[in-house]
Amino acid sequence: MNISTSMIVLTAVMGLFGIGLYCLLITRNLIRVLVGLQIMVKGAMLVLVFVGQSQGQPSLGQSMALTVIVADTIVAVVGLALAVQVKRSIGTLDIADISKLKR
Amino acid sequence: MLHFIILVGILFCAYQAVRDKRLLVSAIWLAGTSALVAIMMYLIGAYQIAVIELSVGAGLVTVLFVFAINIAGDEPIPNLSFIPKWLARIFTVVAIVLIGWQLLPLLDFPIILNQDAGFQQLVWENRKADLYLQVVMIFAGVISMLRLLTDEYQIRNLRKEIQE
Repeated sequence: MNISTSMIVLTAVMGLFGIGLYCLLITRNLIRVLVGLQIMVKGAMLVLVFVGQSQGQPSLGQSMALTVIVADTIVAVVGLALAVQVKRSIGTLDIADISKLKR
Repeated sequence: MLHFIILVGILFCAYQAVRDKRLLVSAIWLAGTSALVAIMMYLIGAYQIAVIELSVGAGLVTVLFVFAINIAGDEPIPNLSFIPKWLARIFTVVAIVLIGWQLLPLLDFPIILNQDAGFQQLVWENRKADLYLQVVMIFAGVISMLRLLTDEYQIRNLRKEIQE
């Protein structure tokens, strides 16, 4: 029971990381980049909690996951605010157009 | 069986969040992913983190996404990536294989469902400085977001009024 649960959790971690990475590699929308990043970080959180539980140190794993949740939320907040501001000043969310800017 | 259903749900929601062309729908799928990840955390014994993830990941972050998408608008961007899609798929598969190779030894360890009472002590006592730093980070993020979302001309008008 435990081994199969471990396998399921690790499959979820690998799947989340893979889907998030693929999104980051192929997308050009600034907000969608944040979506991909969020998905990757969820995989990281899950593996931190899982490693803590399986190594007999659940408190340490969970406290690290808490830190990751806070950092991830801050990244989302600042990233979304930047995306809104970029859209207002430049008029697009396309990373290709933003990276061509020279001022 | 429940674990397997949740695994399929997590992967399906995450895939839909990446695949859907409308940003608003993507944000909803992302919220579903967060909720299912929280359930998975609950099932492996991380009860407090599951509740925090559910409230912050599925609640707060989703509200922020919907708010930002409503302001910025759902702009159609051509489906052309910087690198070819086949190369992106190869990179993704290589990354998954590497992570799987690193995580494979963990399969030998069973999950211990006993929740020890040390979480509160570890967070509130041993990592007090870290916790205060996180509170500062949250306030800094909220203030910077408010600052960035404020229109510049509103600030100018406010300054003029103050000067007058």
